[in-house]
Amino acid sequence: MNIDWQSFDPWNALVGGMLIGLTAALMIVFLGRIAGISGIIGRLLQSDIWGRPSEWSWRAVFILGMLTAPLVWKMVGTLPVIHVTSNSVIIVIAGLLVGFGTRLGSGCTSGHGVCGLSRLSFRSLVATITFLLTGMLTVYVMRHILRLT
Amino acid sequence: MSGLIFGFGLIVSGMTDPAKVQGFLDIFGSWDPSLGLVMAGAILTGIFPFTWAKSRRSALLGAPMQLPVSKTLDRNLIIGASLFGIGWGMAGFCPGPAVTNLVAQDTEVSLFVIAMLTGMLLQQLCIKNPLSSRGKSRRNT
Repeated sequence: MNIDWQSFDPWNALVGGMLIGLTAALMIVFLGRIAGISGIIGRLLQSDIWGRPSEWSWRAVFILGMLTAPLVWKMVGTLPVIHVTSNSVIIVIAGLLVGFGTRLGSGCTSGHGVCGLSRLSFRSLVATITFLLTGMLTVYVMRHILRLT
Repeated sequence: MSGLIFGFGLIVSGMTDPAKVQGFLDIFGSWDPSLGLVMAGAILTGIFPFTWAKSRRSALLGAPMQLPVSKTLDRNLIIGASLFGIGWGMAGFCPGPAVTNLVAQDTEVSLFVIAMLTGMLLQQLCIKNPLSSRGKSRRNT
């Protein structure tokens, strides 16, 4: 293993992480809700929710906040360049897997990784380790064996 | 506000960039530890509020505290997390960064988001019509 010192930006990573943690903290302390993105989005896809403002309103507003963040950012600075490393076919398959998997597994990196681990949930620990390991394995296969990304 | 802060957090930390995410998952290649630090920062910030929350029945603004209660490590959790991990490794996107990138970035993000929403809907359809093997949970409704 060799460390990619060029890409590694510890301060940004730490501060950004703390902002994410702050979000989770605000949501649980003030609203009593888990800030798990896959759950928030997934729940909005369930048609029964739309008749109940107490259920969809905070979720919709949260997502709206996320969508607006880059726009607000752009007003005061430049957005970091992102690098999409895969072709469209891979992106579609990946999207399907992420969508299906996060709902089946009841969470993603924010739900299980941040909220679950912050509340010391063993279930989330298992989930987090599982997706970290499968993620690493996938990148290994795609990058070093199949040379697809 | 929280949504905005979350978005900023993702942007600042670099997690909106799939290359950085895959850099963390690429432990056999050129390893970018950033994602680990992001998680560490998030959890360190979250651990006290969540510990407080566990002792509470209601949140500060009055709503009931809704912490997940399930403790079972079932097949769905493992399979779901595995599928998520694979998809995550493939494109370097998980739901948060994908949505955050949606407005400001290019069409491939939209493609991912559409596929992701489709995947979520498919999963919901699957649980409504359980084709699951070994006759697990029967739905009576």
